Amino acid sequence: MNPTRKRRLTIILSILGAAVVASALVVYALQQNMNYLFTPSQVQDGDATRYKNFRLGGMVKAGSIQRSNDSLKVTFTVVDAAGAMPVEYTGILPDLFRENQSVIATGHMDGARFVATEVLAKHDETYMPKELKDAMAKAHQGKHIDESASQDKSQL
Amino acid sequence: MAKWIPLWLHKLSSPPVFYGFAGKLRPWAIALALILGAIGLYGGLVLAPPDYQQGDDYRIIFIHVPCAWMSLFIYAVMGVAAFIALVWRIKLAEIVAMASAPIGAAFTFITLVTGSLWGERMWGTWWTWDARLTSELVLLFLYLGVIGLYHSFEDRRQGARTAAFLALIGIINVPIVHFSVNWWNTLHQGSTIRLLGPSTMASSMIWPLLTMMAATKFYYIASLFGRTRADLLSLESGKDWVREIAEKEVRG
Repeated sequence: MNPTRKRRLTIILSILGAAVVASALVVYALQQNMNYLFTPSQVQDGDATRYKNFRLGGMVKAGSIQRSNDSLKVTFTVVDAAGAMPVEYTGILPDLFRENQSVIATGHMDGARFVATEVLAKHDETYMPKELKDAMAKAHQGKHIDESASQDKSQL
Repeated sequence: MAKWIPLWLHKLSSPPVFYGFAGKLRPWAIALALILGAIGLYGGLVLAPPDYQQGDDYRIIFIHVPCAWMSLFIYAVMGVAAFIALVWRIKLAEIVAMASAPIGAAFTFITLVTGSLWGERMWGTWWTWDARLTSELVLLFLYLGVIGLYHSFEDRRQGARTAAFLALIGIINVPIVHFSVNWWNTLHQGSTIRLLGPSTMASSMIWPLLTMMAATKFYYIASLFGRTRADLLSLESGKDWVREIAEKEVRG
């Protein structure tokens, strides 16, 4: 390798190295600061008090969905491993919204309850045919394994 | 010249040799892309069973995910070519890097559009500023920046070198896009297909996805070779080998 190329290689590698270090630090810092969502237990610990509007993420508690008869108002409870939070929402819910489904609600606190302006359903990265899912659910029965989102859409 | 690089690779980087080589390979790449694409789409849209929770809506994955993979893969290729172009000033590397940018931008755009359609149906929103979606949008802007910078110079080789620098620095975004779903809480789900560890997809759904992945790779090769050949001709327009080709075209 001739000296000119060696010099260019050194310059470019050092610039690239500096850029990598800079972005690694930014990513590391953002990991601690950038919260897309708060879980119910984080909210109850007071982590979200500095925000008026924030996103609440967790699982819809089974049996907690209550729909109003004369409006689009829905109330349900969002839970995580350690906390629970009642949520109120008026509007159309996404297709995947159901019990034991992960949801992300945007809104603000009103006393002890969370008033959502938008509710999004999160789905996992597992894809399989319904027959296989049913067979697996059957195999899991009796072992008391909590399957998240094991209900089919049509059963809601 | 470095001794560890085999001679045929050196020869391949000469414009006339690569022009001929790409011309021979391109029809095969187009044919494979079309055949595999047809098989993959038929497998994904017709043969694969509906998903247990998303029903038939998940089928957009057979477009969305291969395009998303290509958006990252092409950026990696462009970054490596840009590095070679900056250090060794090989004309072919500059052309490969610059010809990759529009193809990658197209794949990124398709990824964002199909993801948006899918998100509207499943999540309930067209767009959200979570880490995966935002970093993929940054990837599109990087591609557009490279294209814009390249074309803003009168001298194309100088434009290519300047844009190559942006392409090289932007390569940092590639791992950020890939790992964003692990590093942050996102609305976007994690990776389904994993190189290490088991994939979380039934085999009846995986094979069309992998076939589509191969089809998009071959499409990239075909498109890249076509663009590179055209750029080689215009950049080397005064050279003897181009004149010979032109004369042969006129006579034939």
